[in-house]
Amino acid sequence: MNETGDQAPQFKVEQPGVFSAIQDLGRPGRRIAGVPPGGAMDRFALAAANLLVGNPAGAAALECALTGPTLEILDRCVLAVTGADFEPTLNGRAVPGWTGLFCAPGDRLSFGGRRWGARAYVAVAGGLAADRWLGSAATYVLIGRGGLQGRPLKREDVLHRAGSAPRPLVAGRELPQPYRPPYSTEPELMTVAGPQLGRIKAAGKRLLFGQPWTVSSDADRMGYRLQGPQLPTTGADVVSFGLTSGCIQLPQSGQPILLMADGQTAGGYPVVGGVARCDLTLAAQLLPGESLRFRETRVETAQAEYRSRWAALDRIR
Amino acid sequence: MPRAKEAETQAKSGRSSRRFKITPLGDAALYVELGQRVDTALNSRAIKLAQLLQARRDVREAIAGYASVVVHYDPEQITARGLTAAVQKLSGTRADSVPPGRLHRIPVFYDGPDLAETAQTLELPVKELIRLHSETTYRCFMVGFVPGWAFLGPLPERLRLPRRKVPRKQVPPGSVAIATAQTGIYPLPSPGGWHLIGRTDVKVFLPNSDPPCLLRTGDRIRFFPA
Repeated sequence: MNETGDQAPQFKVEQPGVFSAIQDLGRPGRRIAGVPPGGAMDRFALAAANLLVGNPAGAAALECALTGPTLEILDRCVLAVTGADFEPTLNGRAVPGWTGLFCAPGDRLSFGGRRWGARAYVAVAGGLAADRWLGSAATYVLIGRGGLQGRPLKREDVLHRAGSAPRPLVAGRELPQPYRPPYSTEPELMTVAGPQLGRIKAAGKRLLFGQPWTVSSDADRMGYRLQGPQLPTTGADVVSFGLTSGCIQLPQSGQPILLMADGQTAGGYPVVGGVARCDLTLAAQLLPGESLRFRETRVETAQAEYRSRWAALDRIR
Repeated sequence: MPRAKEAETQAKSGRSSRRFKITPLGDAALYVELGQRVDTALNSRAIKLAQLLQARRDVREAIAGYASVVVHYDPEQITARGLTAAVQKLSGTRADSVPPGRLHRIPVFYDGPDLAETAQTLELPVKELIRLHSETTYRCFMVGFVPGWAFLGPLPERLRLPRRKVPRKQVPPGSVAIATAQTGIYPLPSPGGWHLIGRTDVKVFLPNSDPPCLLRTGDRIRFFPA
């Protein structure tokens, strides 16, 4: 079912990129059925892209992993590219990220190469039309729902606008660097001690919080398997309990798993920590081979940091 | 907030077995542990507690596990400390008022690819395995992991065996399987390490319903040979 309204054709997909799919801020409230909230991996970047083009923060936009797509613009619009820097170009000329750009029919948005980051976001004024499932346009590939038939973009797809673009179209809104998240190729993620942290004793805790962890090749929207020093074994599994994105599970292998946006909603591995919501944004921009660190943080500190980072988005309006 | 502090102190001291162990799960959820056993009474208390918490305005989702509740809250409406105190106040709540879950009778074709081997490992005739599996009323202790997956149990002692050494890359949806003290129905095509003893046409993942699952925490399930 699509949204109603002025569904003008907006983009024609000339090249889909490695994995580009429609996301929004997800579908909370269905963990009771085993459905994770999903939505954008880098929620800040998706929200910023939307606000830069005059949309509500949670409108449907594109999440483009590893490389950007090539899109032919079919209707005049304002769009914004945020998140990873894949060198966005309009008709071959470099354009700034985190900025509302005016585009005319026949223009071509493409990407040069990866400077840093893992996921770029493209929002268009009016939002993208999408299949909605349980109230959200987020693509959930595991069951093939949401977004564009529950799948990533492919060549020749035509993306429609969800509704009328806000009028007047305003280009040039921007979010300067100091107001963006502190992205890094080796970020320190604020982490709250988890329910079973005690099981790895002081020595294990020192390793968990003291050493860098490398993102393995087994890393996707569900979670990242991490590689690093051998953590002590944690004894028996726990009787299964609820999980959330940011949970750091510790299986018997002694190598942790960081759950991400489409992560499982229940499990029995001990959970040694929970990464703060605002720092999942930083984790979302890591590729296999890159590293991260966990820094133990109090809940209140993590929540205060979340507020302060998201307050930066108020500058856009 | 002296009250919150008191509750926290008591939670830590763990002197009363009724007290919950409450720890943060990231910066927008709490893990409330009621116990560490697979136990119907504990699970009922978890369900009751989840229901009470779900009704709060500052709680987004309260998910009952086997013996725990994970409470997803809105940090703009309540602090972790405030919610911890509120949850601790509910620690005396009894589960008497939880009605028995809905009963599902599920037809099974007992012809799974692992049926014969599993019977052999358990040193049971196939017929006896089927009889034992289908004469027990199971409880849905939790829904989660993947959409529609229900953790069912406990399995009769005679049917318990470890997971397969080598998990399958692809298990067809509708497969009825057993492992350790649990049984379940695969909702989606997915990898899996359980022993496939049968299959059912009953769909447990219902993408066009909301919530999109047949089995809910606390429900009762009875299999019968199709």
